[in-house]
Order: sequence, then structure tokens, then C-alpha cells
Amino acid sequence: MPLATLVPLQASILVLVAFGATAVALCRNTLRQILLSGVYGLLLVLLFVVLQAPDVALSMLVVTTVAYPLIVLVAIARTRAGGVDADDDDS
Amino acid sequence: MTRRGIRAAVAVPTLGVLGVVLFWGLSGLPPFGNYHGIYGFLINHRALPQRHTTNAVTATVFDYRGFDTMGEEFILFAAVTGVVLLLRKGSEESDEAESEDQEPPEDDVRSDALRLFGMLALAAGALVALWLIAYGLVTPGGGFQGGVALASAFGLLYLTVGYRPWTRRTKEAALDPLEGVGASGYVVIGLAALISGLPFLTNLLGPGKPGTLWSGGSLSFINWAVAMEVAAANLILYKEFLEEYIVPLARRGG
Repeated sequence: MPLATLVPLQASILVLVAFGATAVALCRNTLRQILLSGVYGLLLVLLFVVLQAPDVALSMLVVTTVAYPLIVLVAIARTRAGGVDADDDDS
Repeated sequence: MTRRGIRAAVAVPTLGVLGVVLFWGLSGLPPFGNYHGIYGFLINHRALPQRHTTNAVTATVFDYRGFDTMGEEFILFAAVTGVVLLLRKGSEESDEAESEDQEPPEDDVRSDALRLFGMLALAAGALVALWLIAYGLVTPGGGFQGGVALASAFGLLYLTVGYRPWTRRTKEAALDPLEGVGASGYVVIGLAALISGLPFLTNLLGPGKPGTLWSGGSLSFINWAVAMEVAAANLILYKEFLEEYIVPLARRGG
């Protein structure tokens, strides 16, 4: 069985992915966090491409940049709207 | 003990144990690129001669383990049904929401440049999505990826034109049957093989010519059925979530 070696391109993208994941985890602003997670997803897409998994990269590309941010954003907007209303009721 | 102290007392040992287990696991990993599975190599060698598909991934998903994929498709179907059920308007909400439903907020994009760009991007996105679906058995892509891409291309209609054009062009009356036909189409193709005396989901139409749209036989029909299901399911999801977002916004603004 052929044993692949880690080429510099793969190594540098792995490092970028690690930075991206850390940035998403450390971000405190929700909106920025969602945008960052989209960027992180794009880095994962790059990783899948250089690891020669184009099918996975394609799925990841659409899910991470469009579908997931949209659903999370709307969910957060909805729960926040509920929170504001609840505060108004209390006062 | 202070709150901080308790937190540290719980976190430090937990993180320590986690770290040790993580490093233990990492040290036992096979070297980079060392692939232990035998099925990958087997399929790489067999998919082209057996199924005449140059994309072994699609052949695996829709043929070698087509029955699993059928289950996955119905997981998506059930998930979308669940979302629609959960986000349906309750009896208390409906009186309030009714007026807003008839008059969605006016958020039409005024910039002509943005609308033009949006429409061009929609057309380009839809074309790429259709290409991904159609050539799913030849090049990377397939029904799942292409379906999600198609739905997302239509999502641009909301983003670059406005909510009202989006609701006018994505009607549940059209999407629900598409989703149903896509999901049941998979089963029907499977049953067609069963009726002709072969095992469920057998490739009835023969493998076809490699590297063309005719490669894969029945697989290409399964591919299109899945694409239809996935695209409609995603559009229904977007629709439900956007409605959930827009209607309260209009109520507050109005």
C-alpha cells in the first residue's frame, strides 16, 4: 500500500485549520463567530481539496458557507427577538 | 469554596484526563496517509469495470451501498418534516400572524446593480448545480451536493432581490410534491428491480458508456431523484426559517 507523506501545502493548511478552529472557539461576539465559522469551513474545504476528497469538499462548501450560517443566524435572531419581548413584559 | 475555586477543581482534573487520553490516542495513530481499509482500493479497481462510472464515490453511494443512502434520504425527509411541524403557526399566533402573512414586509433591494448581480449569480449557481448533478457519475459531485447547491442558488433571490419575490417563487404547493416525488422516486427505482425479479435496487438499465451522461444506468435516475429531494428539502428549510425570522421582524416594525 502506498504511504503518502505530508507535503508542505497540506501541512500549512492543517496549521491554518487549527488557527481557524481556535479563532472560532475564542470569539465572543456571536455574529463574528458565525462569520468566522464560515471562514473556518472554507479552510476545511481547502484541506479536503488538497487531501484529494473533492466530493466531501463540494458538500462542505455549500453547507458551511450558505446553509449553516443562514440557519444559525435566523435561529439567533429569533431567540433574541423573543428575549427582548420578554424583557419588555417584565418591566 | 468560591465559585472560581469549584470551577478550577472540576476543570483541572477533567482537562488533565482529557489531555492524557488525547495524547495516548494521537501517539497510536497510523502514519499520515497510511490507509488501512481494503474497501477503498477494491472499489477504486472495481467501480469502473463493473458500473462504468468514473466517479467511484457516487457509484458507492448510490449502488454498492444504495440501501443505506435510501435510509439517509429519509432521515433528511423526516428532519424537514420535523422542522415544518415544529415551526408551524400555533393557534394563538395565527390570528396575529395572518395579517402579516398577506402583507410581507417591503424589503425589496433598491440597488439595480445588486439585483442584476444577484440574478446573474443565481443563474450561474443554478447552472453549476445542475452540472454537478448531471455529471455526478462522471466527475466529483452528485445529487446531494448538487441539490444543496441548487437550493442555495435560489436563496440568493431573498438575499439580493427581497423577501416578497422569494415567497412568490418558492411555494410550498410546488416544493412539497417535488420533495415527495424525489424521496419516493428512489424507492420506486428500487421496487422496479424487485418487480422484474431482481434484488431491490439492482441496476436495471445496465452500466452504460463510461465518461458520458449515459454511464451508470439506473444510478443516474437515483441521482436525479436524490437531487430533487435534497433541493426541495433545503428550500423548504430555508423558507421555514426565513419566515420565522421575517414575520416577527415585520410585526415589530409595523
